[in-house]
Amino acid sequence: MVIDCKHVWDNISDFLDDALSSEARMLVQKHLEHCEVCSAILDSTRNILILTADERVFLLPLGYSERLHARLEEEIRPYKH
Amino acid sequence: MAALLFAENPRLTPRATGTHLPMSQSPDRNAEAQIIAAILAGNTHLFHELIRPYEHTVFSMAMVLLRNPQDAEDVMQETFLKGLRNLHAYRAEARFSTWLVSIALNEARSSLRRHRPVESLDASDETDRIAPELLRDWREVPSEVLERLEVRNLLRDAVTELPLIYREVFVLRELQELTISESAQALGISPASVKVRLHRARIMLQRRLAPQLRPLAPKRKRFPW
Repeated sequence: MVIDCKHVWDNISDFLDDALSSEARMLVQKHLEHCEVCSAILDSTRNILILTADERVFLLPLGYSERLHARLEEEIRPYKH
Repeated sequence: MAALLFAENPRLTPRATGTHLPMSQSPDRNAEAQIIAAILAGNTHLFHELIRPYEHTVFSMAMVLLRNPQDAEDVMQETFLKGLRNLHAYRAEARFSTWLVSIALNEARSSLRRHRPVESLDASDETDRIAPELLRDWREVPSEVLERLEVRNLLRDAVTELPLIYREVFVLRELQELTISESAQALGISPASVKVRLHRARIMLQRRLAPQLRPLAPKRKRFPW
C-alpha cells in the first residue's frame, strides 16, 4: 500500500509522538524515504518544536523568583508559630 | 531534607534562582513524596525547595496562556500559594508536577475570563485540514540562534498568537511534557481532541515559522572541487 503526501501530513504529529501503529509508521517511513517535501516538513516541524520549547524563549523576569519566595514566606510564617 | 530531592540525579541540582525542568525530568517522586510529608508534618519552609524546580516551566506556561508578564507573574504566585494551602489535598497517584500544572491551568483560565472574556470563548474550526508550509529541504536550525533577541521574539509571537485552545495543548504537551491522557484530564476534553488540537498547533507553528527560521540555518560548506 502506498500513501500520499496529505496522508503523511495528517500523521506528522502522531509520527513525532511515536503514537502510530507499527503498520502506519512503516508506511509513513517508506513515503519519507522518497519524498523530499514530506521529509523537510517533518524535519522542520521537529526542529521548530524543539526551539519553541526552549527555556530561553520565555525568560523569568528579573526578581521574579525573589518576589515569589518572599510572598510564599509571608504565607509560611504563620505556620511556624 | 531538600537535598533528598536531587540526591539521586546530580543533573537536577537546583540553581540559586528558578530552574527550568521539563516535567518529565522532575525530581525523583519518592524524594518528592518525602519532602511533601515533611511539609505536612510542619516543616513548611521546605515548600520553597519543593517548588523551585518548577518555577520556570510554570511561568512559561502562564506567559503562553496570558501573553503578559505581569498577569503571568500574578497567576503563578497564586498557583504556588494555592499549592501550599492545598497541599494536604494532593494525592500521590498523580505526579506533583501534574497537580501543580492543573492548578496553574485553572488559575490562568480564571484570569483570562476576568480580563479577556472574548479570547476565552475563541473556538476555531477543528475540522478543516491545515496544510503545512511546503519545503524542498530543511537544514537544522541550531539552538544557538536563541541567543538572538529577534529570534526569541519570533518564536514567542508565533506561540502566543495561536488561538487559546491550541496554546493550551501546546503548553501541556511541549512545555510541561504531560502525556496525552494527562493533558486530556487537565483540559477536561477527550484524548482524541488533545491529539487533534496538538496536531493543528504544531502545523500552525511549522507554517508560520519555517519560512522565517529557514534563513537562519548554517550555510552549506562549499568545496573547491
